[in-house]
Amino acid sequence: MENEVTVSKMAATQEEIKQILEKIPQQKPFRFIEKILELDDNHILSSYRYKKDEYFYEGHFPGNPVTPGVIMIETMAQAGLVALGIYLLMKEGIVSDALMLFSDCEIEFSNMIKPEEQITVYAEKIFFRRGKLKAKVEIRKENGVIAAEGVMSGVLQ
Amino acid sequence: MQEKEVFDKIVGIIGPFAKNKESLNNVTNDSNILKDFEVNSSRLVDIILALEDEFDIEISDEEAEKIETIGDATNLIKNKI
Repeated sequence: MENEVTVSKMAATQEEIKQILEKIPQQKPFRFIEKILELDDNHILSSYRYKKDEYFYEGHFPGNPVTPGVIMIETMAQAGLVALGIYLLMKEGIVSDALMLFSDCEIEFSNMIKPEEQITVYAEKIFFRRGKLKAKVEIRKENGVIAAEGVMSGVLQ
Repeated sequence: MQEKEVFDKIVGIIGPFAKNKESLNNVTNDSNILKDFEVNSSRLVDIILALEDEFDIEISDEEAEKIETIGDATNLIKNKI
């Protein structure tokens, strides 16, 4: 069509992704994002493989290690709030050391994640306004099945 | 839309975010959204966006920062619809 306007989403460059991974403040043993597979103004897809020797497996549960729900939430937040938030700030030309702190969430859990599983997190922006980022998030098991999903928010502090 | 109707809709939107539910029984124009209803400040953005959707208006960040009471919100919205 002659007058049709094609709107394409500008995806992050590999250089931008590298910068974002360097800027994410969470580090071992509390870092649950290894790769950013997709990233643009509206969504992020990331991956992480839970290590066999993550500190929380020893107690959750002895002899039967299962990834705690709070760690699954943190894993989704590091992608859907922290990494996506850093990218959105970069796109607005804002250089900031502000921390994206978790403010609220509503998450439903449906499946367990065991040690050494490679998970993916998909998050889609609902809004980013006045320093608050709200996103629809989901975490999938290595076999592609959803382990948890919901909505979460973070606030720049 | 009558002012009372605007007022009631605002209170209806804020209600689910209020931790002090009892305060919702005695709302006036002077009711402070954060202090009286005990709304978490991070929820203010959700409330502003919900007000925009409900009344089909746009509220700028500068305008949003001036909203402290139910009366502030009612006056702002009344002038935009």
